[in-house]
Order: sequence, then C-alpha cells, then structure tokens
Amino acid sequence: MSTTALYNDQGGGAETAVEAGQESTATAGAGAAFGLFSADFKKNEDLKEMLESNKESLKLEAMKRVVGLIAKGKNASELFPAVVKNVASKNIELKKLVYVYLVRYAEEQQDLALLSISTFQRALKDPNQLIRASALRVLSSIRVPIIVPIMMLAIKEAAADLSPYVRKTSAHAIQKLYSLDPEQKEHLIEVIEKLLKDKSTLVAGSVVMAFEEVCPDRIDLIHKNYRKLCNLLVDVEEWGQVVIISMLTRYARTQFISPWKEVTGLENDDKTFYDSDSEEKKDPAEEKFCLKRNNKQKNIAVKMRAHGTKCLLCFEVVMAVAQLYWHLAPKQEVNMVTKSLVRLLRSHREVQYVVLQNIATMSIQRKGMFEPFMKSFYVRSTDTTHIKTLKLEILTNLANEANISTILREFQTYVKSQDKAFAAATIQAIGRCATNIAEVTDTCLNGLVLLLSNRDEGVVAESVVVIRKLLLTQPTQHSEIIKHMAKLFDKITVPMARASILWLMGEYCERVPKIAPDVLRKIAKTFTTEEDIVKLQAVNLAAKLYLTNSKQTKLLTQYILNLGKYDQNYDIRDRTRFIRQLIVPSCKSGALNKYARRILLAPKPAPMLQSAFKDRDRFQLGTLSHSLNSKATGYQELSDWPAVAPDQSVRNVEVIEPVKEWAPLVGKTKPAQSDDKFYSDEDEDKKDDASDSSSDDGSSSNSGSSSSSSSEASESGSSSDEEAESSDESDKSSTGSEKSSGESEKSPHESEQKKKKMTKKKTKKAQAEKRQQNTSDSDSDKDSDEPMQESSSSSGESSSSESVSDLDSVSAAKQQRKNNLQPKAKVESTPEKEVSLLDLDDFLPAPTNTTKSSVLSSSLLSDLEGLSLSAVSATTTPVTSPSFGPVKSYELLHHMTGKGLSAKYHFPRQTCLYGRCMVAVQVTLTNGCERPLEEIHVGERSPVGLKIHCFNTIERLDPEASVTVSMGVDFKDSTQAANFQLCTKEEHFSVSIQPAVGELLTPYSLSETDFCKEQSKLRGMNETSATIAMATTGISNQAVAKRVLSVANVGMVATSESHIHRFAGRTVSSEVLVLVVLDLKDEAGDGGKLTVNSEKSVMASMLLRDLKQALTQA
Amino acid sequence: MIHSLFLINYTGDIFLEKHWKSVINRSVCDYFFEAKEKALEPENVPPILQTPHHYLINIYRGKLFFLAVIQTEVPPLFVIEFLHKVADTLQDYFGDCSEGVIKDNLVTVYEILEEMLDNGFPLATESNVLQEMIRPPTILRSVVNTLTGGSNVGDTLPTGQLSNIPWRRAGVKYTNNEAYFDVIEEIDAILDKSGSTVFAEIQGVIEACVRLTGMPDLTLSFMNPRLLDDVSFHPCVRFKRWESERVLSFIPPDGNFTLMTYHVSSQNLVAIPVYVKQNISFMETGSCGRLDITIGPKQTMGKTVEGLLVTIHMPKAVLSANLTATQGNYTYDLATKVLVWDVGKLNPQKLPNLRGSLSVQSGAPKPEENPSLNIDMKIQQLAISGLKVNRLDMYGEKYKPFKGVKYLTRAGKFQCVLMFTKSVLGSLVPGGLTHPTEGEPCIRADLDGGRLSFPHRLLHGLH
Repeated sequence: MSTTALYNDQGGGAETAVEAGQESTATAGAGAAFGLFSADFKKNEDLKEMLESNKESLKLEAMKRVVGLIAKGKNASELFPAVVKNVASKNIELKKLVYVYLVRYAEEQQDLALLSISTFQRALKDPNQLIRASALRVLSSIRVPIIVPIMMLAIKEAAADLSPYVRKTSAHAIQKLYSLDPEQKEHLIEVIEKLLKDKSTLVAGSVVMAFEEVCPDRIDLIHKNYRKLCNLLVDVEEWGQVVIISMLTRYARTQFISPWKEVTGLENDDKTFYDSDSEEKKDPAEEKFCLKRNNKQKNIAVKMRAHGTKCLLCFEVVMAVAQLYWHLAPKQEVNMVTKSLVRLLRSHREVQYVVLQNIATMSIQRKGMFEPFMKSFYVRSTDTTHIKTLKLEILTNLANEANISTILREFQTYVKSQDKAFAAATIQAIGRCATNIAEVTDTCLNGLVLLLSNRDEGVVAESVVVIRKLLLTQPTQHSEIIKHMAKLFDKITVPMARASILWLMGEYCERVPKIAPDVLRKIAKTFTTEEDIVKLQAVNLAAKLYLTNSKQTKLLTQYILNLGKYDQNYDIRDRTRFIRQLIVPSCKSGALNKYARRILLAPKPAPMLQSAFKDRDRFQLGTLSHSLNSKATGYQELSDWPAVAPDQSVRNVEVIEPVKEWAPLVGKTKPAQSDDKFYSDEDEDKKDDASDSSSDDGSSSNSGSSSSSSSEASESGSSSDEEAESSDESDKSSTGSEKSSGESEKSPHESEQKKKKMTKKKTKKAQAEKRQQNTSDSDSDKDSDEPMQESSSSSGESSSSESVSDLDSVSAAKQQRKNNLQPKAKVESTPEKEVSLLDLDDFLPAPTNTTKSSVLSSSLLSDLEGLSLSAVSATTTPVTSPSFGPVKSYELLHHMTGKGLSAKYHFPRQTCLYGRCMVAVQVTLTNGCERPLEEIHVGERSPVGLKIHCFNTIERLDPEASVTVSMGVDFKDSTQAANFQLCTKEEHFSVSIQPAVGELLTPYSLSETDFCKEQSKLRGMNETSATIAMATTGISNQAVAKRVLSVANVGMVATSESHIHRFAGRTVSSEVLVLVVLDLKDEAGDGGKLTVNSEKSVMASMLLRDLKQALTQA
Repeated sequence: MIHSLFLINYTGDIFLEKHWKSVINRSVCDYFFEAKEKALEPENVPPILQTPHHYLINIYRGKLFFLAVIQTEVPPLFVIEFLHKVADTLQDYFGDCSEGVIKDNLVTVYEILEEMLDNGFPLATESNVLQEMIRPPTILRSVVNTLTGGSNVGDTLPTGQLSNIPWRRAGVKYTNNEAYFDVIEEIDAILDKSGSTVFAEIQGVIEACVRLTGMPDLTLSFMNPRLLDDVSFHPCVRFKRWESERVLSFIPPDGNFTLMTYHVSSQNLVAIPVYVKQNISFMETGSCGRLDITIGPKQTMGKTVEGLLVTIHMPKAVLSANLTATQGNYTYDLATKVLVWDVGKLNPQKLPNLRGSLSVQSGAPKPEENPSLNIDMKIQQLAISGLKVNRLDMYGEKYKPFKGVKYLTRAGKFQCVLMFTKSVLGSLVPGGLTHPTEGEPCIRADLDGGRLSFPHRLLHGLH
C-alpha cells in the first residue's frame, strides 16, 4: 500500500467512498483509481490481507481505514478476527486503533472478543500507567457479560493503583460495569466508598459521577468526605466541578436546615406567639446551632462563588454554581450569581438559550434579582427567534410599575420586527403586562387598538386576540374599543381575529346594541366562505343576539342556523343543531330553553395570562428536565429542606476518634459518632420534625376538640408534618386552634385519609391492650408505611384529651433541642454482652463497661444518691448511664413453633450501639432439636419503614447450644411490635418484638431544680397522674426505686425530700423528656400520687398504667 | 452522560459518528432533521430536543452541527460546553473546524474524541494534554513517520494530566522568550436617536500569548484595577491574590490563551467613540425612499477610528439603492438585501456621508420593518475603559523575557436605537394617545465586530 493510496483514502477518496457506499451497487464510474472502494466486499478482502501481513505499517494503514469506516458508520464487523489478532501489537498507535475497533464491535462478537482478554489482563499490570489505564478502559468498555468477574477484579485493583489517572479510569469503569450488570451494585458501592476517600483532584469528579449513577441514594457515603470535597472543589477540573456541585446541592438539601425559614417566618404578619416566642426564648445554644449551620452553608456558597467568578471559560460551572445558590443560599445572597449569569449571555447561542431559560424561571420568583440587568435582556436584531422569545419572556417577568414604560417602549420596537412570530409574541407579552400591572392596562389596550390598523395581518390578528383577553378582565367602560373592532371587521381577514371579534360582539352585545346586529348581518352574508372557527363564532353570536334582541335578529339567526345546518363540517352542523334546540322554543326542549340565557350569557372568568415558565421551578435549575419542562429519565427530585438539621457531627472525620471514649463521660463535649450513626440520621430528623413542629402545633390545633376527634387530630398533625418546613403554615394552624380541626375535617384530601386513620387508630388501641401481656403476636395491622405519621398521630391522639398550653410545649421543644445539643446521644462504646446483667441486683445507675475509666464511679454515684445528695452535686454530674432493673425476658419464638429453635429476648437497657434512636434488644437463640441449625438470620421485616439492625448471620448453632446476639430496633417511640422473620437455612418464622413502654426510654440525669423546671413546662395536657394505693410504710427508698425501674428504664433524680421520688428519662427515638414523680406524702402509709409528665402523652399514660401496676402489686 | 456524537454537515449528511457507550443507530438523527426542517435557519434549531428514548443536544458551529445523544438527566450546559470544547480542540489541531478538514483527518479526530471522553464523561479536555497524547499532524512529522515508522500517538501519560497545573506541559523550551498581552475591549451600547446613551457597558478580555521556557511564575498588575467590575479568570490565576492584592499571579499555559475576561459596568461612564446621524425614510406613495447617514467621532481619546464598516439589513421590498458615498464605497446585495458601506478610516475633518435614494418595489406596501444597521470598527492602542497594565514580573526562571502589551477597542453589540418620534404604539408609552402615523423606520444599528485580525503587533515595552 503506497502513501498515495493513503492520501486518497483520507482525502478526496473518502467522499467517493461515501457515495459508493450510498449506492450500494458498485459502479464502474467510481474509477480504477479508487478501485478499492468500488465494492464493500472487495475492500474488506483487501483490508484483511493487509491486517494479516507482517508489515507493521501496512497493518496501521489498514486499521486507519477500518477506523475510518467505523467513523462513517459503516459496518466493518466481518474483519473482527483479523483485527483482534493485532491487539497485542507493540505499536501503540496500532494498538489504540484496535482498541477502538474492539470497543465498537466486541458486543456483537463476544466469543471472539474473549480472545483479547488475556492481553488486557497482562496490560493491567504494565508499569506504564497510560497502558494500564487504557487497558482498563477497553476492558470495561467491551460489553461482554461473561467477563464481569474479571472486570470487577480489575476495577478493584485499579482503585488501589498508585496512579491517580488509573484510579480515575477505574471510577469510570464502575459506571460501565454497573450498566452492564446492575447486580454488582453492592461490590461497586464498596469501591466507590473507597474512591470517595481519595484525595486526588483527578479522581474526585469521576467518582462522584459514579456515585451519582450507581447509588445516588447512599448519601451517607458522602458525610465523611463532604468537607474534603468542598475543599478540593476549587482544584477539580471543570467537568468534575459540575458533577460535584450538583451532588452537593442535593446533599445540602437533605443535610442542612433551610436558611430561608427565618426569612419566610418574618415575612408573615399573621405569626403570633411562635415568632415572638422564638425570639424571646431562643436560648443561646440554639442560636449558636443555627448560626453554625448557616455558616456551613455560607461556607460552601462562598467557596463556590469564589469559584464561579474564577472559572473563566466554563459556562456550565457558572450555571452549576448558580443553581446551587438558587437552591441553597440564603435569599439575600442569591443575587451574587446574577452578574455571572448575565455574563454568560455573551457566550454561544446555545449557552444563551439554556441560561435564558433558567433566568426566566428565576425571574418569576425573584424579580429583584435581575431587574438591575434588565437592559441586558433587550432583544437584538441578530438574536435567533427562540432567544428573542426567551428575552421577551424575561422582560415581561421583570415588568413592574416602575419600569413598565421603559419596557413598553422597548416592546414597540419589537412589534415592528421583521420576525413575525416574534412580533406576535411581543403583542402577547404586552397583553401580559397589561393584566399584571393595573396602571398600564388602559394604555396597553389603547396601544393594542392602534395596532389593529397595522398593515401586517399577523400583528392585527394577534392584537385582536389579546384585546379580547384583556377586555374580559375588565369589560366595563370599553364599548368604544368594541365598536372600533366592529368597524375593523371588514378589513381583518385572519380567521382567528375574526372569530375573536365575533365572540366579543356576542359577549358584549348588550353594550353595543346597535352594532352587534349589523355585524351579524355582515357575517350572514359571508358565512359560507368563512373558516370553520369563524362560522362557529357566527353561530354563537347569532344565538346570543337572538336571546337579547330577538326582534331584530330573529330572521338573521334563522338564516345562519339554516346555513349551518347544511354545512360541510360536522362540528358546525352539530353546534347549529344544539343551538337551535337550546334557543328556539319547542315542545321537546322546554326544559333547557328556560336556561338558555343563563347558559350562553353566563359571566365568564377572565383568562389568566401567565408566563410559560410559571411551573418550571418544580425542576432543579440547570437540569435537562428544566430545559425540556418534562421529567427526563434519571432526574432526581431535589428534596425539601429537612425541618431539623440532621446531626452534623457525622461529617467529622475520624481525627476526633480518640476523644470518643471520653465523650460520654464528660457529657458536654459532643461525642464523635461512629459510622453506624448514619442509619439513624434520617429518621431522627423525621422524629424531630414530628415532635418539634407537629406535636405542639398539631396538638394545639385540636385543643378544643374532644377525644373523639382524635383522628382529625392526627390528620392535622400529619398535615402539618408535611409542611413542617413552612413554620408559618403550621403556626397559623396553631393559632386558629379550634378552627383548624374543623377545617381539616372539611378538606377533601384529609377526609379521604380519615377512614384509614380510624382503622389505624383502632389497631393502635388493640395493641395498647395487648402490649400489657407482651404478646408476640404479629398479626396486628402494620400497614402504616409511614411511621412518622404514626408517631405524630399518637401525639395528636393524646393531646386531644387535655387542653394544651402552647407556650409550654414550644418551650419544651426548645428545651429538648437544647438537650440535643448537650450530651447528644451517649455513644457508649460497645459494652460486652457478657456483662452479666442479672448479677447487678443493684438497680441504680451502674457503668455498663467497667473497663471504662469513669471519673465518678457508679457505685459512688449510687451511694450519693442513696444519701439523697443535694441538688448541687447532682448538677455537677450530669451523667446518664443505663439503669438496670431486674431483667425480664420475653419469648420470641417457642421451640414448638420454631421446630426446635427457640428464642427469647430481653432489653439490656444499654444505649444501642447501632443507632442513637434504636433500642437495644438481646436475643438468646437456643437450638432445641437434634441437628445443628445453620444460617440463622433476620429475614423480611414489617412495617416497611421499620429499622432493625440485625445481628450477623449465625452460621451454625449446635444442638442444645444457645447464643446471645444483640440487635437494635427503632420503635420510633411507639409500642408497635417490630415484626420480622427469623430465618434458618430451611425455615422462616415470623416473630415480633413487643416493647413495653418503659423500655423505650433511656435514663436522663437532671438536677432536682432542673427537674422541677422541666416539669413545670410539662403541665396541662402533658401531665397524667393517678393515685396509687400501696403500703408505703416500711418500704425503703431503694425498694420503691427498684419497682419503678423494673418497669421503666429511667434514671433516678436525687431529691431533697424523702417522700418524693423523681425519675427522669427520655424516649429513645425522639428524645422527648419523660418525668416521673412518685409522691408518697401520705404518711398514713396507704398510698401516694404518681405523676408522669411528657410531651408524648400516650406514652405517659401507658407508662403511668404500667408503673401503677408495678407499684401496687408489691 | 454523553452517549454518542454525530457530526452533521449543512446539508444533513452524517459524516462522523462516535459512540462511547453502546451503539445508537443513526436513525435517531431523524428527529433532529425534522426539527432542522422546521426551523428553516440552522441557527433556529432548538439546541435541546426530546425524542421518545433519547435527548438530542446540538450546537451549530462553522456550518456543522455537533449532535450529542443523551439518555439520562444531565445539565444541558455541560453537554453544550463539551461540544464547543470539541470544536475548539479540532480548531486547535487543524486550524479550522470544517467538514473538509475533519474528513481529511478522520482517524485523528476519532482518536481525539476517544481520549476526550470515557464512558460519556470528559477525560482529557485540556488542549495541552491532548496534544501530547495525540500529536497534531504536521507535514514534517508525517514525513518523519513514514520514514521511521513512528506514530502520532504518545505512549506515556502526559505530565499535565497528573500535575496540579494541567494547563502547562513540562519541559517547554524556547530560544526567544516572549510574553504578549492583548487588552481587547468591546463596547456594547444602545444609543437613541439623539445620540445619548441608553445603555453601555464594556466587555474586556485579556488574550495572552506566552512563550517562555521552563516554569515561569508571572505577576501582572494594573494601574487601575478598580475599574474591573466582574472578572473571571483562566484556572491558572491565583484567585486569592486577586482578592487581596488585585494582581494577577499565575503560571501561564504554553502558547495562546485567554487570561481573563472582565466587565466594566454601565455605572462607570462609558465613552462612546462614534456617533451616527441617520435618516432612512420611505415615501407613502410612489416607490422610493431616501437614505442619509453620517458618522462622526465622539470620544476617541485622540485615537483614530479604523475599519469602519456599516451594514444595513434593508426591508425586503427595497429593490436597489442609488447612493453616493463621500468616503469609501458601498455595495447592495440584492439577494440578501444587505447594504454594506465600507468607510475605512474615520476622518474627523471630513465626516463620511452616504446618501441617495432607494427604490422600492412598486405596489408593495411601504416597508415598516426596521432596517437594521451593523457597524464594525476598531481603535488601536486604546482600551476605552481606561484600563492600563502596570507591569509584568517573572519569578522562578532566570532569563529575561521580552514583554509586550497591546490595547484595542472594538464595537461589540453596539446599537443605535431610534425611538419613534411618533410612536407606532402611540399611547403604549404613557404620555398620551396619538394616532398611528406610519412611523419612521427605526434603525437598529448592530455594530457587530467581526473577527479581529492582528496585522501588526503594537508593542509597548514594559519594565
């Protein structure tokens, strides 16, 4: 093969080849010079020979031509065997071309492609990183399912490669493998997790891309890397930046609290107590918390801005930053991006298009943002039509009383544009301005009327249509315009405009009593030659005139109806028939006839002239879906802000780890949290959400209603949950407390759900009864897939029983948040299961882990407590540790039903190590049958939202052996049983864990004064009390405490009065305070008063019952 | 992200296709052709199209459509930007991005595309990095390659790919070390009939051409950096130093690059270099119209306005023009109805004037569209905003480079809007209802600067 041939191939020859290919029959005319290309068959033969030759240059030559064929979209698959042989070539260019070929055709010829695999495997170990990387690229790009394991292995290895370039390639390969075989997801997530930790800027973008594609829902993987990513961002190349920024937007939306909230709150004048309250009572701690959060956001935002301005030529980054600002930044800061966005308007046409679309959406919501730049949106004659229309849209959105005259002046020029579509759009825009800004309605209308005498028909027609719409909005005082239009009727030929005029005449025929019949006369003359829409309107006009002015128009109407009756168009025939029946009295249609006037001349609502971008904001800015205004495949909704910020310490990186074991003891430092925390995060905020906003709002809203309305209470509770974000919303509902329950009844949406709720409530009651007996039945109805609603409904339920003092509950919520701050979740490092709980007959707070060097040994503490130490010392030791009462164990699975396997469970009353809001459960599994049981594990669980941290699968349980495993269950502060399946290798047993209400608590230490303070906040409906009859004489304090602790996992509070026993605890899940006071004042010795204070009044009342039982039994 | 790329020429032939994931049949382009048909003008094709299974994002550049096929949600600007990057890269490689050039270098283009994207996600888009991986074809190299059997494909990973400064390759060597900076400003303005400024702003850009050996670290400072309103930089610029000291500190890429763009907003007084007095009118009856245009210098800071070129898009009804120009010459293209008046240098003593009559198609209604007017001009040695480069320092290398800076002002989107003396919409603008007269034609002058050529560099030595 000579160089000339090559030249021909790449030069003019290429075109000839294209032609030759198109006429599939080879023509002799193609010429001898290009004989090669005259027939596909022959050419391929030739290439084959070249590929199989020994000369490197010939092979390269051939490969170039083959790749040329691929580029042109021609089929070169039959050369596969010849090409694949060259995969091991030393010549790098040849090799690359072979790679290109392989990637293109391997999928079609899988068996042959396998021949090349070993070469890649060898290349993966090559010392040259470029070769390693490209081998991995090709290996992962050939879509041959058989090699999935090899790919997996290669990816794993490459992810640990020294070269960041290879690691980047492996990040790309992850996505490829995932699309080839989604079942590898779990393994791939592991690799992603590993790569996310990578510190190279080269890798960051690609791995985040892989994350977004493979497991976008695993937001927990980001926590640890969040800060690193924020820092790296500036140095990542622009493509990676875009991906990372959009990911961070999503992340921030789920992990930070809304910075807009306060602003919206202040805007609302209706706000009464909540606002003032929050201002007064906002304790410093909370404020700090808020501030910190906001700072974080600002932090990213500021970084991004620095970035946005920095990035010179990458428009997409600016856009990404803009959307980030839009969706995240505090309202007043969004303006910062405006300038950059406007700058993008000088860029390529396509960029302008997308940016303008986004600006259009933004400008609807926040005019102020772009108003200073209004002039940048002036249309230039060189703009293309769709850009012109978008600019027009934006200008219209920006119009207000101040700038309307400038905008209208600008619009005048546009009306005269050569681009008729644009001129028409301008007229519509004028119409929109006119409706939106009352001041200029008249001038606009007059201007539009003047346009009616425009020479261009399109302009006139559009004007008529817009005028019609405008007149509808204010039909009075405009008979002049209607008259003017009637005069124009002869001149206008555009059907739509004519139809509009006719319609106007009909609609306002009473205002122009003389002209209307004349117009009808004119249209009657030309009826047969009119367009269909005009005919329809003519019939309409005739009918309306007949009703108002039958004397003059009866004959005309009849004439038109007759014409219409025989029209070619069936719509018109139909309409004519209908109208005739309606207006002309006859014996048959007497009934309708009476109403004809009301039907035809009913007042019509004015049309809304709205922006086409009105509803675009449901899509995230800058996305494809936003541009198309329809949901694109793979679009991920941007979640709403969480009402309460999830724990932010999850983003702390391990460095703080050493502090961890001390943290629980110090109590004030925030403990560094283990990875397991992630599980709890999400629902923690749900919980908080429920308790913070709905428990008080929801409950207060039915303060007036009786207990029978508890289902409504739960409704409003849940609905305010949904809108928990907009605090003003829920506040309103709480101010109008009595009203809202009635309203919620009315609202159709809620009443729909009501029935469901009722049944749910019934089951709840049933459960409450069962609870006492610790039944392990699992048949209770657990269809509630929204545990959150469940919990809020319970709060609603209870709240209905008593009246509420809003102030108290709010402040309690505050207090509770403050509490969250302080010794947030004692993460006790795993105490061994072996700690023999039963031995501790000392029920007072004891250390769970003796190895831990506690400052204040628990025994000392208990001693102190026994001495009823003064409150002072108690405050200095705000230590909570689990309290141990005698442990009851319950049956989980009887060995008869379990076919040999039996299981018992008890509540160890330790802080669960799997998640802060989980209750620790220990399950003792015993094998009662003769053969060993294998693979004991937890199977399906219900309800769906239930969070269980399962124990690891027990591979083998020998006969007669037993093993104790621990689990964590998030009961979400309800006594609903946790149902799950206990599975062995062969069998599945449905079991359920039914928590006693006392087990849903954790001890909480308070000083006496604090206790009293807290208690005073939980009066009213948050308090339940009962008198108990028990022999108090001769019972030691310890014995009393023991009884209480046997029922509830609460902490004892040192008291100064001997006859009063105080216990404090918090619910595990939502950390709501539960206070128990046992007053044995009655020295006669036959009873006392038991009081339970808690926001969770359902729990309180159940706890009260349990306690009462326990205390009286003894 | 990006699934496939199709290159389509003006007439609708697909002459290159590249797939990064599984192969998508080219029939997907039919949806695009449909849209193209509908749009009439290639510029009017919507950049984003939706088809039942795919999304098509296209750009139109150099009479070519770059069409990317997308299957899932992706920021559209991401794709658009990438497509432009492809076009830029091809331009870098071959000096031109046209169908012919691409067809001639099909294999190289294919190799470049292969490197730029992996699985639809950009892999190496820095021109420097790419050029090391796949060397641009030169005559010398192809001769050498045929003789020695060498190849155009690099066999090691370019250092730029891994370094913190991917924009600069290692081991740069020059015999003449030089650094040139061109401060180019474009005025965007809208003037009304009286010549007063409705809206004006300056968009500036500093183009650099740096050919320096080794790893120089440059610092460029301005006399009056406060002028700059909204700036954006090449990634090489250290943003923190700009924030704190208002100097540009950077390790430059090798060769030509855009160092920064800036914006001088309308709050600052923007000098308008020329004024246009013009009058185009058509008779109500009869088939003729009159045209009279005069251009004069306004605020040119003592510099000469050059390359003055006036382009007017006449209404369709205008058949021919019979004009006399006091300076330069004019042409009227009958097909496109574009009147071009090449004025050249603006002489302040004798203002150029173009006047005469226009003949209008008889019987046609009096044209009421606005003839639009485009002017091209430039002013050498002047940055109209008054921006001045103070000095350029180099650290990190021993030699003394040759430094130069050049200023240039040209017209950007410069409009002279003639407000109607008697409004078409009359009462639209609050101020009273007047009857519509067949208003005077409005002239929108688009002084659209064409590509600037650098016939000679005007160098000013810097310290």
